[in-house]
Amino acid sequence: MAEERRPKQCTVVLPTESMKAMAESIGVGQLQEESCAALSEEVSYRIKEIAQDALKFMHHGKRCKLTTSDIDYALKLKNVEPLYGFQSQEFIPFRFASGGGRELHFYEEKEVDLSDIINTPLPRVPLDVSLKAHWLSIEGVQPAIPENPPPAPKEQQKTESTEPLKAVKPGQEEEGSTQKGQGATSAEAKGKKDGLMRMKPRSTHELSVEQQLYYKEITEACVGSCEAKRAEALQSIATDPGLYQMLPRFSTFISEGVRVNVVQNNLALLIYLMRMVKALMDNPTLYLEKYLHELIPAVVTCIVSKQLCLRPDVDNHWALRDFAARLMAQSCKTFSTTTNNIQSRITKTFTKSWLDDKTQWTTRYGCIAGLSELGPDVIKTLILPRLTVEGARIKAVSDGPVVSNIDKIGADHVQNLLLKHCASVIAKACPLPDNVEQYRADYGYLGPMLCSHVVKARAQAALQAQQVNRTTLTITQPRPTLTVSQSGIGGSGGSRTPSIIKVPSSLTLMSTRPGTPTQPSPPATKYIVMATSSGSSSTQQVITRTSSSVTSTVASATSTLQPLVKLESGGSRPLQKYIVVSLPSSSSLESKSGVLPPSSSTSPILLEARIKVDCSDSPGASTQSPH
Amino acid sequence: MAAVQDGQLNMEVEKDIKTEITNDGSGNINANSSSPGSTSSGGKSKSPAGSGEDQQTLLAVLQFLKRNKLTESVDILRREAGLSADADDSPVSDSAGAGSGGVPNVSADGGDANSLLSRVSIATPVAPPATAPPKATGSMASGGEDQPDVNVVLSAYSQQGDPVLYPLYYNGLKKFIESVLDCHRAELSQVFYPLFVHMYLELVYNNHENEAKQFFEKFSGDQECYYEEDLRILSSMSKKEHMKGNETMLDFRTSKFVLRISRDSYQLLKRHLQERQNNQIWNIIQEHLYIDIFDGMPRSKSQIDAMSGSLAGEGKRDANKAKVFYGLLKEPEIEVPLDDEDEEAENEEGKPKKKKPKKDSMGSKSKKQDPNAPQQTRIPLPELKDSDKLDKIMNMKEATKKIRLSPDNLPSICFYSFLNAYQGLTAVDFTDDSSLIAGGFADSTVRVWSVTPKKLRRVKSAADLSNIDKESDDVLERIMDEKTASESKILYGHSGPVYGISFSPDRNYLLSSSEDGTVRLWSLQTFTCLVGYKGHNYPVWDTQFSPYGYYFISGGHDRVARLWATDHYQPLRMFAGHLADITCTLFHPNSNYVATGSADRTIRLWDVLTGNCVRILTGHKGPIHSLAFSPNGKFMASGATDGRVLLWDVGHGLMVGELKGHSDTIYALKFSRDGEILASGSMDNTVKLWDTLKAFDDVELDDFTAATGHIHLPENSQELLLGTYMTKSTPVIHLHFTRRNLLLAAGAYNP
Repeated sequence: MAEERRPKQCTVVLPTESMKAMAESIGVGQLQEESCAALSEEVSYRIKEIAQDALKFMHHGKRCKLTTSDIDYALKLKNVEPLYGFQSQEFIPFRFASGGGRELHFYEEKEVDLSDIINTPLPRVPLDVSLKAHWLSIEGVQPAIPENPPPAPKEQQKTESTEPLKAVKPGQEEEGSTQKGQGATSAEAKGKKDGLMRMKPRSTHELSVEQQLYYKEITEACVGSCEAKRAEALQSIATDPGLYQMLPRFSTFISEGVRVNVVQNNLALLIYLMRMVKALMDNPTLYLEKYLHELIPAVVTCIVSKQLCLRPDVDNHWALRDFAARLMAQSCKTFSTTTNNIQSRITKTFTKSWLDDKTQWTTRYGCIAGLSELGPDVIKTLILPRLTVEGARIKAVSDGPVVSNIDKIGADHVQNLLLKHCASVIAKACPLPDNVEQYRADYGYLGPMLCSHVVKARAQAALQAQQVNRTTLTITQPRPTLTVSQSGIGGSGGSRTPSIIKVPSSLTLMSTRPGTPTQPSPPATKYIVMATSSGSSSTQQVITRTSSSVTSTVASATSTLQPLVKLESGGSRPLQKYIVVSLPSSSSLESKSGVLPPSSSTSPILLEARIKVDCSDSPGASTQSPH
Repeated sequence: MAAVQDGQLNMEVEKDIKTEITNDGSGNINANSSSPGSTSSGGKSKSPAGSGEDQQTLLAVLQFLKRNKLTESVDILRREAGLSADADDSPVSDSAGAGSGGVPNVSADGGDANSLLSRVSIATPVAPPATAPPKATGSMASGGEDQPDVNVVLSAYSQQGDPVLYPLYYNGLKKFIESVLDCHRAELSQVFYPLFVHMYLELVYNNHENEAKQFFEKFSGDQECYYEEDLRILSSMSKKEHMKGNETMLDFRTSKFVLRISRDSYQLLKRHLQERQNNQIWNIIQEHLYIDIFDGMPRSKSQIDAMSGSLAGEGKRDANKAKVFYGLLKEPEIEVPLDDEDEEAENEEGKPKKKKPKKDSMGSKSKKQDPNAPQQTRIPLPELKDSDKLDKIMNMKEATKKIRLSPDNLPSICFYSFLNAYQGLTAVDFTDDSSLIAGGFADSTVRVWSVTPKKLRRVKSAADLSNIDKESDDVLERIMDEKTASESKILYGHSGPVYGISFSPDRNYLLSSSEDGTVRLWSLQTFTCLVGYKGHNYPVWDTQFSPYGYYFISGGHDRVARLWATDHYQPLRMFAGHLADITCTLFHPNSNYVATGSADRTIRLWDVLTGNCVRILTGHKGPIHSLAFSPNGKFMASGATDGRVLLWDVGHGLMVGELKGHSDTIYALKFSRDGEILASGSMDNTVKLWDTLKAFDDVELDDFTAATGHIHLPENSQELLLGTYMTKSTPVIHLHFTRRNLLLAAGAYNP
């Protein structure tokens, strides 16, 4: 590898254009080509020299990342004045741009308004250095505590499960050593050779006393009555690194639990168990592949079972089905491979029972939910063609003689579910004019309702499209200056030449006009300023899950602001615009942000309640457009 | 011959250290000539290449003095050296012709001048400039002045052949070497790298830029992978102008690349080159290579690979011939007044049996003098204070409770994570009794923590101290200011990242070395800075207290290791010889020797008494970042950026083991208190434990290998590895065995 790189090392020099551009920037025009070449070679050499020196400082600083200060010290070593003002702890956010046949990396310098800095509250003082001791090893055995890495990394669990016949593998060794102590490694090394003969490694699943206690505590808390404890236990399952030895127990616990509670129609317990599944799936250190044969049936049961609760007319078992369906979709996405074919097998199962005429409404609902969570493609190929049939069936129940209340409720839910999932897919797939008659012809009974849903979905999609590429910026001041990432005109004040930093049009997210003043308002209100470029992207996935509460509030606020949306996307508006959304006080924001990520760990019952809260909140948001 | 061509002697002054580099390796013989007070210039020798050069150096010094109008010193020097006044005026051009690589030409005159020189360097005030780091050449600031000097160095390259023929020459040699018998091929292949470098530099020097580039591209792929770093530097040099002030280039030029080749192989090579009339290559071999010819079997590829990799080839065989007193000093006999009490306590616990034999063994050990140990008074050591004696007693008591480690009984590891260090932790040290931890940080601070319940307290102010009853029994307790008690203290004073840190054995002082070029001594009584030792001028990468206190060693970017005493503001010794930054320093347990590891990928062992380099250990393929001596002083371990730990027999100057397993730089190495286990900590977030007893046992040392240094290393890293302990995301940068053999590790958590 090194040999391949070497010839390249020899030739890497800065392009002569750079020399030219730099010369221009300091007022030397018309630099000759030869001088450029000579300069660039010299400069490249010096830069390499400095970089080599800087590496020394990196090594002695016991780091593996070169920092700007390393370069400063290297310059100092050469008696060159360091570059002041490039303070960056580790990461220099170079942006990349290309266009007009040129590619360049540039350092994005934001123009900062001093008054902003003065008025923002001081950031928290960083924590002081502190010392913490833990046992890395006790007489040769590494204890499984949070301070230590998980005893068996995920990759290892994977090799263990996918290549069980590969004689003795690291996992085996690891288990042996963690239990017996690594002291006997040399003896074990000999044992290893014997191990090669064995076809399948013995897998020990003994739990230590602490692990047994932990298991007991966790399972009790998960299905117990105290919600706080449960949250803690689920948190522990989702984050603790050392659980892999308990995994078989957990998976059996869940599968047995579901089996028993389905018979007993104990909805609450089923929900708790599904949340455990979710927590296990969220744990990044666990490799669940081995236990899917227990988990998937349990989850599928919770999706399609005929009856999940004692009073199907009152209890909200639909939420459990939705939640379980989402889990199913998630595990399909994570675990489906060409070998196990989970997704296609699951799809087949759902479709088969859905097609069956005798299937009850509850199961029907589950099947549809399960299918539609699998993604728009599945909806398109499997659900849309059957909308007419399904519509007729629903019509039969709602218009026909009242057979039973339960059926009616079931049909209702199925209808809503179909509308919800199909609308967005149709919105994307079908041409624009939404003709009610056309829809009736295509989809039968459900047609008209679908039509109105599609219109809504389109509007929503349009709004979200505008948010793609948006840059958000929270401003506490009434006068926001929006000179973030300006194209040439804005940034040419300083020493840099506009000719080098030519931002291609696709990147000009912001207006070239600095800061259209938005309406002044009480300082406590937060503004989210979004620059939009309509139609550039049609991605639906705007609501990126970021940890910052600001972005998530944006998303939630806009997603509920449908009337406004029409206004924005109706005509062909100019390319750039700002939407300034003033948001209601933070207390209500808090509750909103929970809605966004589809895989958030809130219980399905709570979920519905929150959506309601959301809707009631939305009128509180007012919008203005400066254009 | 080394670079003395004409009278451009300013260069010589700056190169002073460099020239002796070539000699240091071979010459440890004239220890007698340098008085204990002399500086490192004592490292001059009567090595084969030495004498003419010494004269040159002397002339250089004279010239320098003259230029700086230090006529008085000139006179003194001249008188002492017995040189005629005109000697220095006539440019000496003979030496280049005289030296043909290996002609022993020891003239009494040379040795004489040499010893005088060493005296001169103390006597005259010029010593500091004369020993100024060779770095000065590298700095661009002194631009105009050093240009001619570089030219002197480079002028050797001016004689040239047709640039187009270079690849042909090289290829011809390559073909020849590929065609020779297998047993010779590996040995002769060693010639490729130095030859390649010198040919390339010659091309560059003579402005054949394109040819040089082609040459590089064509043949750089053939070189051993461990030279990659150097090749990268080399590749960036494509113009004559670049060569000026480039340290790597100067290193190649001024130091001869040392190769060890068996006589048979050498004859083959010589015959081939003479037959072909291949003068170009022959010249380079004559001028820039030192071929250490030995009789016997040619070495195998693996043997060569084990030893090569350093910037200037292997150490010469005679460089490692000097006797090293690696034994420990006799422990002072201390009556243990508290012993009875202790024994009673032990009796109560019902373990009297265990203790007695141990104690006896310890007593007897301290009585008989180790034949390999240096004289007790070989170097003056500080006298033991009462507090030191108390500490010794504590130490002995703790030692009796020490856990016997073995492969079946591994130590527990306690890890101290520095949280919120924001990547800034650069150095860590523990006190010997493990009560304090100090950390050096990139923000120039030094922080000290107490890890015992005993808090850190400052001594009261002078005014308050005068009020204390000095006769009281607990006066030591009374002088402390209770109000300042805290778990940690911050020491401010440096103006750059703190790269090295070391506690004094008595826990009263702390040393820190920094990017700002100073070494600072801090008091742990008042938590203030006591002294700033200036001298390095460039970043000081490491500093280390002697195990007996008082002395300390520092080494840094200027390639010179300095030995200091805490009460002198100027260094006592300067150890020059490394060709690149000194990256780590360590005292031998008997305090008579100092080991330095360097970015030139060699380890050198220096005699504190004479200032001589007594060992050059090559074999690492990357800058060395950690060193450790075994507690008995017999062995040494070293870790480098290549992720390998090498084990050395100090007495024989031999590599005795190679421990592979780490995947990144090893920043910490430590032997357990009894030396059975070696712990290594690395950037790859692991601590590994190695069975050193087995490692040292597995090596069979017969007379032949001991004599030639050609050792077959057993490939047994995996068997020696006793355990690997991953941290979550914390590079391990320091390790320490407590007196009871608990392993402490430290590093900054890096989320």
